[in-house]
Amino acid sequence: MSRIKQRFEQLQAQHKTALIPFVTAGDPNPEVTVPLMHAMVDSGASMIELGVPFSDPMADGPVIQRANERALKQHISLRDVIGMVRRFREQDSATPVILMGYLNPIEALGYQRFAELAGEAGVDGVITVDIPPEEAEDYLTALRTHRIDAIFLLAPTSDEQRIKQICDAASGFVYYVSVKGTTGSASLAIGEVAGKLFHIRKATRLPIGVGFGIKDPESAQAVAQVADAVIVGSVLVNRIEALTEQPEAIAPELSNSISQMRTAMDLI
Amino acid sequence: MPTTNQTDYFGQPDARGHFGRYGGMFVSETLMGPLRELREAYEKYILDESFLAELDADLQDYVGRPSPLYFARRLSERRGGARIYLKREDLNHTGAHKVNNTIGQALLARRMGKTRIIAETGAGQHGVATATVAARLGLECVVYMGAVDIARQEANVYRMRMLGAKVVAVESGSKTLKDALNEAMRDWVTNIDNTFYIIGTVAGPHPYPAMVRDFQAVIGREAREQILRQTGKLPDALVACVGGGSNAIGLFYPFLNDASVAMYGVEAAGKGLETGCHAAPLCAGTPGVLHGNRTYLMQDKDGQIIETHSISAGLDYPGVGPEHAWLKDSGRANYVAVTDQEALDAFHELTRREGIIPALESSHALAYATGLAASMKPDQIVLVNLSGRGDKDMHTVAALDGMKV
Repeated sequence: MSRIKQRFEQLQAQHKTALIPFVTAGDPNPEVTVPLMHAMVDSGASMIELGVPFSDPMADGPVIQRANERALKQHISLRDVIGMVRRFREQDSATPVILMGYLNPIEALGYQRFAELAGEAGVDGVITVDIPPEEAEDYLTALRTHRIDAIFLLAPTSDEQRIKQICDAASGFVYYVSVKGTTGSASLAIGEVAGKLFHIRKATRLPIGVGFGIKDPESAQAVAQVADAVIVGSVLVNRIEALTEQPEAIAPELSNSISQMRTAMDLI
Repeated sequence: MPTTNQTDYFGQPDARGHFGRYGGMFVSETLMGPLRELREAYEKYILDESFLAELDADLQDYVGRPSPLYFARRLSERRGGARIYLKREDLNHTGAHKVNNTIGQALLARRMGKTRIIAETGAGQHGVATATVAARLGLECVVYMGAVDIARQEANVYRMRMLGAKVVAVESGSKTLKDALNEAMRDWVTNIDNTFYIIGTVAGPHPYPAMVRDFQAVIGREAREQILRQTGKLPDALVACVGGGSNAIGLFYPFLNDASVAMYGVEAAGKGLETGCHAAPLCAGTPGVLHGNRTYLMQDKDGQIIETHSISAGLDYPGVGPEHAWLKDSGRANYVAVTDQEALDAFHELTRREGIIPALESSHALAYATGLAASMKPDQIVLVNLSGRGDKDMHTVAALDGMKV
């Protein structure tokens, strides 16, 4: 059984919702990332989503754009990110790690080579923002061969036919983008999200994660009532940016944010 | 008897926007629905008589079409060799071929009930052409432009603002055209309910490469008819500059099935292909995925997009339209590159010998065309797309002469 599936089953048995923090790998420097991943797990992260830096992050708002730029100044490549996961796995063999990024770095490495390296390093899932299922045949074959879950995004603009098509291609979980916009752009409307999740659940038995627009313990708690996973990115990356000059303070700061969200989510 | 193995160049792209292995729809899920809506509207209206009549009337009375096909006698005589004809897109309203496309897309936006237009721009020509049609149709207009480009194209920024557009400086990434495109995509994904994104070139996700080509193909349709009327035969070669590639595909497309017509797309070699300071993805790049389509890109070994250089801001783009990528691989068109210096020399040569000041972008095509013509016979014909006029480049050229204008 995949680590992602296993983790969702454990959480379900405990009546808990998954909390998945996102950070960009190598932001603000490559030494920060692996210890930060461990610290986030210790403070309540159920899985880790690691952003792969790209020069043209079209789906991201300014906060994560700048994180990409900071990481690229350190020349962090997809291979480097996979190396960080390998180091993380030396001490943690249970927490799922998901890479999130754009297609071109994967194209440059080659789908098969990427899946082989990522699988060996202990990557459990991949979210590629700019590959819809209709372009993903070879990509899916490569990921499946190496037992990596292909996690796809669903959006407020996805109609029933697309929801079905995407859920059929996805594994691990599906990721509902709660707002029309880029990462970190707006606050989500919980009523609308709940309505959309109702439709998505008719199309799939996969767990549903919700991200984009979760800014604090309150919104994390609200989303936890309707979703199987709460994904938090820009608000954490924002704190990293503020601590660029004091990187030793990043892990304690993010741990604090994550444990507050975890506590709020566990109150329901 | 018809041959069955001949490529049908008019049959591209396929239903999902593929030109061979290139093109496609590589965007986030939020945009897939709006892109389908756009494709359906486009496929409907491009066959709709009242839409086409409206488009034709605007192209004639507002843009000034058909643009002339001009025999450049003195330019041709200087080099000997083939006769050089210029397709005068520089005479269009707003000074370049860009308006052919913005008129088409803006009319489509209105039919779709969209009230807000957004666009990206590099040199500012597409931004001006978009702001112009938005003013005429009374639509709100926002143009994204890299902060670096804003600093080097002040006159066009002022022009857009006079036309009522809001010009937003893009401070992310390399602060040039590619980042402006990223930012316009971000705006679109946030405001899809009322907003129409007018992409300025034959790149982006399907249906943009096909739609922009179809709006620009008026260039080649007119040129084909004009050259036949003036000379009684088809040209031996077509030459056009290629940044994203909209003026080149507009000229090439109606000739694709004319096997005797050779085609040359001219990229910006900048300071020289060997220096790495250029904007020539077809000549020196590799395939990848950017801005919604698979095509040739300027990228490093890790798949990061690298910065480009060209004296002409309109060619300063790290990607190229997917149909060009396919035409290159299939061998139907040839892609070559011309340096900043060669383009400048051609700029001055046309200005002095024909009294036509070309855009620096179009000067790349002229530089290659004059060399090509010199190697050909006097009864042969080279047809060049003079895609824009050089007024916007006065300050760049003057600065090289140590003057400020």
